[in-house]
Amino acid sequence: MAGGRRDLTRDPAAGHCTPVAPAPDLDTFPKLLVAAAARLGARTALREKDLGIWQETSWRQYHDHVRDFSLGLIALGLRRGDKVAIIGDNRPEWVYAELAAQGAGGTSVGIYQDSNLVEVAYVIDHSDAVFVVAEDQEQVDKILDMIEKLPQVKNVIYSDPRGMRHYRHPALISFAAVEERGRALGQSRPRLWTESVAAGRGDDVAIICYTSGTTGFPKGAMLSFRNLLTMAASLNQVDAKLPDDEFVSFLPLAWIGEQMMSLASSLELGFTVNFPEEPATVMEDIREIGPHIMFAPPRIWENVNSMVQVKIMDTTRAKRLLYELCMPVGYRVADLRFARRPVPLAWRAAWLLAHGLLFRALKDRLGLSHIRSCSTGGAPLGPDVFRFFHAIGVPLKQIYGQTEISGISCIHADDDIRFHTVGRPIPGTELAISEQGEILSRSPSVFTGYYKNAAASRETLAGGWLHSGDAGYLTEDGHLVVIDRMQDVMQLAGGASYSPQYVENRLKFSPYVKEAVVIGKDRPYLTAMLCIDMAIVGKWAERHKLGYTTYTDLSAKREVYDLLHREVEKVNETLPAAARIQRFVLLYKELDADDEELTRTRKVRRAFVEERYQEVIAALYAAAPAPVPIDAVIRFQDGKTARIQTTLEVRELLPAESSPPALSPSAAGARR
Amino acid sequence: MGVPNPPQPHAPPPAPPQLEVRNATLRFGGVTALDDVSFAVESGSIHAIIGPNGAGKTSMLNAVSGVYRPQQGRILLAGEDITRRSPHARTRLGLARTFQNIALFKGMTVLDNLLIGRHTHQRCGIWRGGIYYGPGRREEVAHRLVVEEIIDFLEIQPIRKQIVGTLAYGLQKRVELARALALEPKVLLLDEPMAGMNAEEKEDMARFVIDANEDRGTTVVMIEHDMGVVMDVSRRVVVLNFGRKIGDGTPEEIKRDPRVQHAYLGQEDAATDRRQAAAREE
Repeated sequence: MAGGRRDLTRDPAAGHCTPVAPAPDLDTFPKLLVAAAARLGARTALREKDLGIWQETSWRQYHDHVRDFSLGLIALGLRRGDKVAIIGDNRPEWVYAELAAQGAGGTSVGIYQDSNLVEVAYVIDHSDAVFVVAEDQEQVDKILDMIEKLPQVKNVIYSDPRGMRHYRHPALISFAAVEERGRALGQSRPRLWTESVAAGRGDDVAIICYTSGTTGFPKGAMLSFRNLLTMAASLNQVDAKLPDDEFVSFLPLAWIGEQMMSLASSLELGFTVNFPEEPATVMEDIREIGPHIMFAPPRIWENVNSMVQVKIMDTTRAKRLLYELCMPVGYRVADLRFARRPVPLAWRAAWLLAHGLLFRALKDRLGLSHIRSCSTGGAPLGPDVFRFFHAIGVPLKQIYGQTEISGISCIHADDDIRFHTVGRPIPGTELAISEQGEILSRSPSVFTGYYKNAAASRETLAGGWLHSGDAGYLTEDGHLVVIDRMQDVMQLAGGASYSPQYVENRLKFSPYVKEAVVIGKDRPYLTAMLCIDMAIVGKWAERHKLGYTTYTDLSAKREVYDLLHREVEKVNETLPAAARIQRFVLLYKELDADDEELTRTRKVRRAFVEERYQEVIAALYAAAPAPVPIDAVIRFQDGKTARIQTTLEVRELLPAESSPPALSPSAAGARR
Repeated sequence: MGVPNPPQPHAPPPAPPQLEVRNATLRFGGVTALDDVSFAVESGSIHAIIGPNGAGKTSMLNAVSGVYRPQQGRILLAGEDITRRSPHARTRLGLARTFQNIALFKGMTVLDNLLIGRHTHQRCGIWRGGIYYGPGRREEVAHRLVVEEIIDFLEIQPIRKQIVGTLAYGLQKRVELARALALEPKVLLLDEPMAGMNAEEKEDMARFVIDANEDRGTTVVMIEHDMGVVMDVSRRVVVLNFGRKIGDGTPEEIKRDPRVQHAYLGQEDAATDRRQAAAREE
């Protein structure tokens, strides 16, 4: 990379602040879209990979689709203030539908596309949605199955007709047909669209975001245009996005993070949003686009990291040697920068060499060659993963926020990234810590309340502050440190408070561990329930000539237990004695959102999991560890169930000072 | 598929059936593989051929696709006699097939396999194709578009550029179907499309066959052992036993047909007898 060498974390482009003061008359998404269509016209607004080719939509076409669909909704009977529910994968039609609903004075309600029947029906019913925009047969089936219980729904609009040739439900209508009606209405009333957009106000509710909630029913957070647009503008001041940037939209559009980027920020700043071909092609599509901006929850970064580790295990000896030579250089430089110590010239040179030999190729493979602004949010990311990305020169930042504050309240500055904090508040945001240690925040982006849930709204907004439910503290120089959910913070036997999430993140850094649930609150010692990563452990098993059939079978193998045993021991070495894992089990299935064990944003619903696996937990705390008989039912997205019967082994870790457990020699030699 | 989706009999087509077999007899030396078999497949139908092992199902398909030539009888495609035509000539007339044992180029990518499926439709020769400018390029782009539509149709985008030999069996079967569809056939012959698949893969494959039939208007003739699938998917069923046709009707009629029951159960009886005999000997 001649000439273009840039500092690890500092980027000239990111340093300057694009002055974004959204003109007072551009206070809604549709108004911004109309303005962008006039200003940017033929420039590419959206791109979708279809038939193997990136098909482009200009700002002008984007606007025309939204206008036609919006008028179509009005023709079908949408009134101002009505709700439109949208469900489907990330496609241009998703954003057309949202902006069209808003253009007609309505509110958009996103539904996670992998939700099951009951969840979909709950959100549609609770939000009083009169129209549902569903992508394809799969989603339409979910809604038609429940349509009797959803009397207020006037129409179900689908964009992909595939497989629905014989569907004759009176409420069904295609996306194209709605646009057609819109065009007809537009011809008879040419000023209707302009008037309808002009009638929108910044304080109108733009979206209702159903928060996945790690407890109880989802709650619908109402966010106004003002909330979302001030958030985008403030965020842009500390983390600049440029009109020429590329962004790949691959996380659920029902998630606030994706609303933040693909809608609020893109409309305000005019960067291009790319939609992948299929969920299964995301990694390849990201590589083709080479985005400048990326925002993803920890799970994605963790996956990328373990993917790299697995591929390295699989590669040739020479490449593995190169990896083992270069990574320590990267780590060393990253650590110096984290400590904000100067990087000696020799180390800089070594890093440059490592970059040329490995990091550049690695970043290219991951589609991160052009990355300038990349952040993780939604849950804490383990420090090891953080270090990995910084080592290879990807300036990953932590974002902190809730749906209720339009997604973000804190972020790292470009030159001040520390992995144990979540950075400082963005402009316009105030932070405080309550007497109980809860993180409170206040900003123009704080939501107006939960839809049809005044009690919860009052509780969350008590005293004019947004109560996050997270425990945390501020460092002396104003960085926020998040400990864990208030109710999860544990008192150890010694009296110190400790976060299970921290231990879980350490465990999850092991490529073999997909998910970890650490238990220990009000208990004598810590234990863990681990889910193995089927792909990686499966590969490991193959290499060690270990036959297996299903996930359940693989996770019950003695050799796999031995493998994970060693991984847990490694983690234990880094933890204070009182916070070490003393017993663990390998669960017979992965935690799954369809079984309500994870939220749709894939966070563990701790209370639910602890109740569901209470027998397992009882065995973890039994006087002597004994195998637990399991007879469980698992549920699939379409409502089908399957039964699992097995026996679960409880593994006890010996205290560090006694002799190490017997390892099978073949397995011991396996690791790198 | 949550909404009832009954196979709707299409309006009776004008005159000749899409595919017709008239009194076909095929012998290998002393063995009569097909014995005076006749049946007709209406345009737009899904036709299943069933029968016990060795009944002559694959021989039937081979006779239709031109691998074997029956000693007697005729085979007509849309009224045209193709009995004496070579396999590739039949392909050009709109006949495509898949094989019981996957027949793909294992060392090539999925995309290349499908593009080869387009070969019969290519008009540019080595020169115009090689220059890749003007008509050669236009044609290549048009063929790629057809192939991409099929990739989208069968939802195999994630494996577009993978080498076929590295794919799982179920996926290879799907690629084979894609390769056959790339020919844009009028009649698609499927030889055990669901053999060796798990329940989920079967469900997917059944959906693709129905979609190919309904959305793309392809007439389907398939050999299948899974009776659940046969009864669900097909409009008509032909039953063969020892080379003879012993049944021809809708799935309901076939289920009730005593001769069909005998052909299947008779085998069962014989097996039971053998087991009993073996037990007596011990």
